[in-house]
Amino acid sequence: MTAAVPIAARAREGGRLASPHALVAVSALALLVAAFLSVSIGPTGITLASLPRVLAAIASGQHDAATAREQLVLLDIRLPRLLLGAFVGAALAVSGAMMQGMFRNPLADPALIGVSSGAALAAVATIALGNGLAGPVTKAFGVYALPFAAFLGGVSTTLVLVLMVGRSGQLSVSTLLLAGVAVGALSGALTGLISYASDDRELRDLTLWMLGSLSGASWPKVLAVLPFALLIALALPGLVRALNGLLLGEAEAFHLGIDVDRAKRIIVLVTAAAVGAAVAVAGVVGFVGIVIPHLIRLVAGPDHRVVLPGSALLGATLVLLADLLARMLLRPAELPLGVVMALIGAPVFLHMVVKRGVGGG
Amino acid sequence: MRIERLFRGVAAAFLCLLAAASQIIISAAAAADVTLTDAGGRTVQISDASRILSVGGDITEIIYALGADARLVGVDSTSQFPAKALKDKANVGYMRALSIEGVISVGATLILASERAGPPEVVKTLKTTSVPYVEIPDQYSPQGIAAKVRLVARAIGAEAEGEQVVRQVEADFKALADGVKRIKQPAKVLFVLAAQNGRATVGGQGTSAHAILELAGATNTAAAVAGFKPLTDEAIIELAPEVIITMRRSSGNDGHDTNQLLTMKGVQSTPAGAANRLVVMDGLYLLSFGPRAPRAALDLMRQIYPELGGEPAGSHTGATK
Repeated sequence: MTAAVPIAARAREGGRLASPHALVAVSALALLVAAFLSVSIGPTGITLASLPRVLAAIASGQHDAATAREQLVLLDIRLPRLLLGAFVGAALAVSGAMMQGMFRNPLADPALIGVSSGAALAAVATIALGNGLAGPVTKAFGVYALPFAAFLGGVSTTLVLVLMVGRSGQLSVSTLLLAGVAVGALSGALTGLISYASDDRELRDLTLWMLGSLSGASWPKVLAVLPFALLIALALPGLVRALNGLLLGEAEAFHLGIDVDRAKRIIVLVTAAAVGAAVAVAGVVGFVGIVIPHLIRLVAGPDHRVVLPGSALLGATLVLLADLLARMLLRPAELPLGVVMALIGAPVFLHMVVKRGVGGG
Repeated sequence: MRIERLFRGVAAAFLCLLAAASQIIISAAAAADVTLTDAGGRTVQISDASRILSVGGDITEIIYALGADARLVGVDSTSQFPAKALKDKANVGYMRALSIEGVISVGATLILASERAGPPEVVKTLKTTSVPYVEIPDQYSPQGIAAKVRLVARAIGAEAEGEQVVRQVEADFKALADGVKRIKQPAKVLFVLAAQNGRATVGGQGTSAHAILELAGATNTAAAVAGFKPLTDEAIIELAPEVIITMRRSSGNDGHDTNQLLTMKGVQSTPAGAANRLVVMDGLYLLSFGPRAPRAALDLMRQIYPELGGEPAGSHTGATK
């Protein structure tokens, strides 16, 4: 846990590049621009200029073929995709920030509490057994079987982990970390076992799912993640003080009057729900959770009053921009979101880390 | 007056007739609409097949065989035959990773997609748009191929050409059956999809490779395996294949895999390895299960049983005109 020192050290010296307010304002502006681009650009070449016509057609109830097509693309394809992309980016970035705060390690991510590996295991099982063993169940859920299974798999894995680790009464972070690694390895092994047994078509599906995509975005999915967006928005303000306290150490946080154990449990559960929902609708999208909080900390310091909202805004922005490239670069085909994200994000991140340095600042 | 009335009556009757006739003509034009039931059991109505999107290599191959490729505006990345398909047409990507807006953007008036297309959410949405979406069945059997050709032909309004292709396919299957009848003892054959890093991935039960081996009158020694699976050297010795079939990739570079295969200890110890019975064939031709499948099976049969004689059925010309 030596890597935790720089964050805490920086907290004390208060070193930062930009004022927190400016950073949040710039991130919000960037998100607005990204959202605008995301509804305006797509492989069909339909732009926002068609929107008045679509709205007029809806108002008058008269549809010709052209406006029906524009309405489909703008309102039923791009808009849900924009909303889901923003949710996925915000949820993953905020979860990453919370995990790094709780584990006091800049490399922590939601995978450490088993949610991603549990979701992946459930998704892989659904894909591979959907035509056989689990056929009746997946039939009943239709196209929503996979997202539903992924969410349940992710959240239940974390719950089991928390129940096991917290049995002694306290949720020890280092035990959680090691147990999380073990659970992750176990789910990974089971995932591997199932993928070994699947045919080449299922394998292809599994691989694509692991690379993430927003191409299945739809209004029902937006409605399904809405409660989780609200949950994050409601839970975050209450967690800021605890996370800032934890920056100094658990004992110090305790002496500041923070109920550390309760805070940790809430952090873990909110993260599990948020990441579970994000993975359910978009598959595995890595990278956001580690990079975005880091960028914010590099620029504005470790105060969670800035890190959490900044991560949400910037995470959403990054996912929207990456998704835009994913759907445009090879149009009419589409690249996996996770691939594009890492391709553009990793060099930028590398540049920032090398230039600023994580250790000295 | 009476004459005038009569005249008026005749005129009215004539007008009625004219109206009725025009109605008939209009409905005749409308009757050009095709209504069919697709592989998913949905009833699909097609009124305009002038811009077709094909999702599935076998479907693209059939459309070219029907001579309707001029109407094809887009294909998916599995449409590897004929090779010009991917060069000339828009590529909507891998058939199981379609993007809704990408598919819409090619401006097709008819989508013909394999029942294996995906992801499910995208396919579900595409079925709700105004562009007819026809699911084409994909089964590895002679009847399956004929049904596939007929459905595609009917959907694009090329039924006469479709019957021609079906007749050709049936004639090819007849030739194949005649050949298979002359086989005295079915050979034990192993299909190796790829040999990477000293490990051979073989085609087991339920794969297109298994189906084509059966069609060619051979016994798949890996029938106990389900799907394409990597096998160890020992398992390959145990299977004791008399002939090993492997794929040449369309991009060439076939020497590498083949050499790797022959250096594997397990392969060397099999009857096939000892007698150097390694057959290399074009993987696309062999496994795509389009109209060329019976000819591919016949070619394969002649390679496995050279003692039966016969010239290759023409792997290069294919079914396209």
